[in-house]
Amino acid sequence: MADKVTVRHLRAFFGKNEALHDVNLNFAENRVTAIIGPSGCGKSTLVRCINRMHEVVPGATCTGEVVLDGEDIYAPAVDPVQVRRRIGMVFQKPTPFPTMSIEDNVAAGLKLNGISLPRADRDRLVEQSLKRSALWEEVKDRLGRPGASLSGGQQQRLCVARALAVEPEVLLMDEPCSALDPISTARIEELLLELKESYTIIIVTHNMQQAARCSDFTAFMYAGDLIEFGETKQIFTNPTKRETEDYITGRFG
Amino acid sequence: MSDFQAQRKLDLYRKFKSNFMVGVTIAATVVALIPLFAVLGYLLTKGAASVNWAFFTKLPTPVGQNGGGMANAIVGTFELVGIATLIGVPIGVGGGIYLAENRGGQLAQIIRFSADVMMGIPSIVVGIFVYAIFVKPFYGFSTLSGSIALAIIMIPLVTRTAEEMILLVPHELREAALALGVPRWRTTTSVVVRTAISGIATGVILAVARVAGETAPLLFTAFGNRFWSTSLFQPISSLTVQVYTYAISPFADWQRQAWAGALVLTAIVLAMELGVRWVTRGSARVAR
Repeated sequence: MADKVTVRHLRAFFGKNEALHDVNLNFAENRVTAIIGPSGCGKSTLVRCINRMHEVVPGATCTGEVVLDGEDIYAPAVDPVQVRRRIGMVFQKPTPFPTMSIEDNVAAGLKLNGISLPRADRDRLVEQSLKRSALWEEVKDRLGRPGASLSGGQQQRLCVARALAVEPEVLLMDEPCSALDPISTARIEELLLELKESYTIIIVTHNMQQAARCSDFTAFMYAGDLIEFGETKQIFTNPTKRETEDYITGRFG
Repeated sequence: MSDFQAQRKLDLYRKFKSNFMVGVTIAATVVALIPLFAVLGYLLTKGAASVNWAFFTKLPTPVGQNGGGMANAIVGTFELVGIATLIGVPIGVGGGIYLAENRGGQLAQIIRFSADVMMGIPSIVVGIFVYAIFVKPFYGFSTLSGSIALAIIMIPLVTRTAEEMILLVPHELREAALALGVPRWRTTTSVVVRTAISGIATGVILAVARVAGETAPLLFTAFGNRFWSTSLFQPISSLTVQVYTYAISPFADWQRQAWAGALVLTAIVLAMELGVRWVTRGSARVAR
């Protein structure tokens, strides 16, 4: 099993404040890796470094390497825009573009990048992306309606479809279910199991049951450090570090 | 006295206080609205009689000769304001986008401060300024210099509203677009500005309505004209200057025309404000 993404000696800063201390981690291809830990431990910062979204925040910087298929995405010649097309991201809050219809939202990645497809190809892409995000059946009759007219859970799956439509290789999900009810959460979790056939998935979650249910590997972070990393089963049944055990048994965090 | 009775007494007192304060706010609102309706009512009673077909189609007549209208001033106002909008809106919106995109930058802070100062400059000073740097050295009194004076008043208004409207767009939308691999300039134009567009349009129309009612900056720039002129390089008439000239004249028929002119100007501005309502209807949903 190959590693799709490798993080080496990654340190991330907000101004002078160091949010990640020397994190080293491998993400396996076609697997789901969950990142867990208490609020403020650097989980989101870590995933945002993986598609160069960290630097979008004013004053935010990082050092170290993030290697995607053998290539450091922080090498000077690399354009962050190109990185983000290969490493998609779904955020905590559903963010459909309010001025766009459902289908325009799905196709937004292409349209905003100035790629215009023939109508038939575009329709096929929209349908395929919505099917992959398990939303097609619910919206196929109202593709022209505003994206914001959907429910929260549907909006989040719309955002997954939008991320998939640009055909990324890696999908980052930053607490994608924290604003959703249990039924919508269950749908997103089912989705993860299907999506990992074709994508490498990294998911940040506050919900330990969620990590246990749908990830193959789990990384536990605390206060900017990677404390423990291993197969999910091992982390949850037989953690080697005291902090991990305390956290997953609910003794802190 | 039981606990219940004491509680009930307290509740009555709270209700009284609440009702009293609601009454005070309603009274304040009514007082604030009185001038608006008083002005509208007064304009209607004084001016409506002189607003007729000729007013919109005829040129002013010499003193003592009945009839005539302010057709040239109505067209002049639209021309002056139209050209001012063409100059002021691109600069203002562009400046607003720059301020919103580079919020903390030093240049942004200087521009923001300058815009705020510019908003406080009396409009007659803008008129004198344009007179000194444009009217005197170039074409003399002209439509173009009048429009430039109005544009100078518009720019800071539009800049600051555009900035504020763009900042209202949730940060997450910008990040969502960037995370799709959309370049920053495209994110700004196609997602952020597009989401804020109805708010920006509101700001633009309010600024247009504001300068349509300006008199002082036009006195030294567009000057006024009793005859037809649509040339950019000739003096041009405007409703505000015409109303001013007629109102301070000693002639009763001119004064009646001034009332009519004031009524028509107010109607134009009011129509623009209603236009704003229409443009922004349902934008609460978009802005979230």
